[in-house]
Amino acid sequence: MPKLTIDGIEIEVEPGTSILQACEQLGIEIPRFCYHERLSVPANCRMCLVEMERAPKPVAACAMPCGDGMVVKTNTDLVHKARKGVMEFLLINHPLDCPICDQGGECDLQDQAMAYGFDRGRYGENKRAVQDKYMGPLIRTEMTRCIHCTRCIRFVNEIAGVPDLGAVNRGEHMEITTFVEKAIGSELSGNLADVCPVGALLSKPYAFTARPWELRKTETVDVLDAVGSNIRVDTRGPEVMRVLPRVNEDVNEEWIADKTRFAYDGLKRQRLDRPYVRKDGKLQPATWAEAFQAIAAKVKGVPGNRIAAIAGDLADTESMLALKELMAGLGSANIDCRQDGALFDTSSRAGYLFNSGIAGIERADVILLVGTNPRWEATIVNARIRKRYLMGGLKVAVIGEARELTYPYSHLGTGAGALQQLLDGTHAFADVLRGAKNPMVILGAGAFRRKDGAAVQAAVRKLAETFNVVQDGWNGFNVLHTAASRVGGLDIGFLPGEGGRGTAGIVEGAGKGEIDVVYLLGADEIDTAALGNAFVVYQGHHGDKGAHRADVILPGAAYTEKNALYVNTEGRPQQARLATFPPGEAREDWKILRALSEQLGHKLPYDSLTQIRRRLAEVNPVFAAVGMLTPAPWGPFGAEGLVDNSPFFSPVANYYMTDPISRASVTMARCAETFVKPAESAQERTGTHG
Amino acid sequence: MSAPAHDPAKEPASFAFTPENLERAKAIIAKYPAGKQASACMPLLDLAQRQSDGWLPRVAMDAVADLLGMPRIRVYEVATFYTMYNKTPVGKHVIQVCTTTPCWLRGSDDIVHTCERKLGIGVGETTADGQFTLREVECSGACVNAPVVQIGDDYYEDVSPEHMEKIIDALKGGEIPKHGSQIGRQSSEPVGGPTTLKAFTTTAD
Repeated sequence: MPKLTIDGIEIEVEPGTSILQACEQLGIEIPRFCYHERLSVPANCRMCLVEMERAPKPVAACAMPCGDGMVVKTNTDLVHKARKGVMEFLLINHPLDCPICDQGGECDLQDQAMAYGFDRGRYGENKRAVQDKYMGPLIRTEMTRCIHCTRCIRFVNEIAGVPDLGAVNRGEHMEITTFVEKAIGSELSGNLADVCPVGALLSKPYAFTARPWELRKTETVDVLDAVGSNIRVDTRGPEVMRVLPRVNEDVNEEWIADKTRFAYDGLKRQRLDRPYVRKDGKLQPATWAEAFQAIAAKVKGVPGNRIAAIAGDLADTESMLALKELMAGLGSANIDCRQDGALFDTSSRAGYLFNSGIAGIERADVILLVGTNPRWEATIVNARIRKRYLMGGLKVAVIGEARELTYPYSHLGTGAGALQQLLDGTHAFADVLRGAKNPMVILGAGAFRRKDGAAVQAAVRKLAETFNVVQDGWNGFNVLHTAASRVGGLDIGFLPGEGGRGTAGIVEGAGKGEIDVVYLLGADEIDTAALGNAFVVYQGHHGDKGAHRADVILPGAAYTEKNALYVNTEGRPQQARLATFPPGEAREDWKILRALSEQLGHKLPYDSLTQIRRRLAEVNPVFAAVGMLTPAPWGPFGAEGLVDNSPFFSPVANYYMTDPISRASVTMARCAETFVKPAESAQERTGTHG
Repeated sequence: MSAPAHDPAKEPASFAFTPENLERAKAIIAKYPAGKQASACMPLLDLAQRQSDGWLPRVAMDAVADLLGMPRIRVYEVATFYTMYNKTPVGKHVIQVCTTTPCWLRGSDDIVHTCERKLGIGVGETTADGQFTLREVECSGACVNAPVVQIGDDYYEDVSPEHMEKIIDALKGGEIPKHGSQIGRQSSEPVGGPTTLKAFTTTAD
């Protein structure tokens, strides 16, 4: 443990700590541009120079490891002179366009120029100008502003794993570019705008729309996948202007996926802002009272077993609980939160969670992916696997679709046959699994979307038990969900009760006329055309498939418009907070159900968020520990049975369009056009194509 | 000023190493330890440049990248960093006149002017018939025999404007003039023969 003195303060640090990191531990601020704590250290900006005794010249704090007996000074005339010199060189070519630059107000260069900048320029020559590069529909470039810190290059190489960016030419002519004029093919590309310390790489959809100081910042969570990335929603008045990541080391570190960041324009389009009631075959605007009356008139007298409810992927836990208890009041056991029709045994919580936690990926040494394409289903989880891969010594194997992930893997097979071979020990990879210290299995949602879902679950459980995936202090059995509402729904038991119907049964029953009323809580991904003559109530925030089929529409709130709990795939309840109010007459979802329950004569016993949260904690104690992981005890689950050898498919066919919000987003449509369509058409190309 | 490193209009549709060059490429790659094939990037780019008329089209860089299993942008970075890889088409003979201080003191400006007058092009340009490209380069590393002109792989040393005209005429006539010192001195010996150790005779002649 080296011991050194920084500004007269003695500190002992871990071996390998850089001077810059030691300074941070002491709370001493060191200016920097190229250094980023999650990227490699190139030491090329020279802004972090500090004075070190017995060193002939200032040293770069970011790249100099602490040594025993070092005496470092960070606040001397020499240091200031050195940093001012660096700053003056940086500003030689940097344009003075802060007033029209989107980075203005949150720019590292702007901030540090306040401390180290000279009040006038001494450089009389022409500044250099650089042609802007095309980097796709998400990243806007203003390359004249680039200071060549290379953070973006390191980000796409190291974190995103898509080596699309590089620096061409040399010296004065160096430019950051894609190869060549190509969109950056990563689902993490939005983070480039965050890592760029100046205004060279910016968010394209956010361009020229707002200034950072006029935005109201709300810390909340994302619901467009099941990762539950921590985000900050920046709003101006009633409008969401942008979404930024928030640091949570256990979940998303400081990255967010492009859908999380850029789908927000979908919140402004296709919104349901007032109730509708279908009259004479057409949806007519109505008042809340009329809508409730229409529902009450239909529901009264209908026996409970002819009523059903399905919760969608974006439903919050409070509203699901309210709907569940309302359905119980009406005497219906026909409820399901698995609108994709996934079949799996939910009797043991460990059977449907990402048990190791996302951060647990870093402890695994062998990872087996079954029926999942994590790059599209949970980009942040994929980034974590890549991080683990870069740490070295990780072996990954895939059973299912052989997609381009961002790390090498061995493809064991497309169907469950490979699973059986592993269990029998006839596959060579079985030895690798057996030799692993912390083996991990990640079971995708696609594996459950089959008739034999529960049997797949049982087979993987058997695999987990055979290969020590579950040991003392380590549970590597992981289910990767794709819906933000799923684990919350399972945790409160939004599942068919005794003799109740599941999603498939409800849709079939409605088609056959055995179910009269179907309540869709934001459920759009079901076959709405197959609902027959059933009376459909749709509660949700977007005019998507469910709303088109509905007989009554109750306008709800999107995730940025309500205080609600969501449970991510790890089983971590996290709080979403209200950033803007729901549009028009739309209301928070649990309140709608509470009001409706009174009309239906089964008044729900909660009048405030606190009361419903208390009720949630009664139903399942995990809701008392918001933000925490409650480990689930290992228990038997799954149903032994014949597993079909048909190939596994990922449920995400188009990363940019998975839910009502991203489907309404213009930015996401552009991304699909740029990234997904060309790949699809290349695949489908046959001899008849020109 | 930063010229686009890539001109789509002149880009050939495809590039593949000839079987002969592919053998050579494999021999080059074999020089490096397994897993470190990327080290062969620069010699392979040179090989590709020689194969495609002295310049590197993008498809050639792609071919090198694919052969070495490197991301294409990495090869592109290398190729654009070094001035000896030509990213745009060049003439059959690339005349590179050194104009750094020692050559300049020995009259390299006159050489440049001679070339310009003789070829009717300026520095950095290529003649219309595609025969000659004229370039000014920084130190060629043969200062003792300044001024120096590099044409293709050959160095022409102790060049005077008259020599330069003769060299260009010879190249135009399809000959390759004798390279090395144009005033006949042996490597870098003093002009007019040795001044010391005269008693020793060399066996070279």
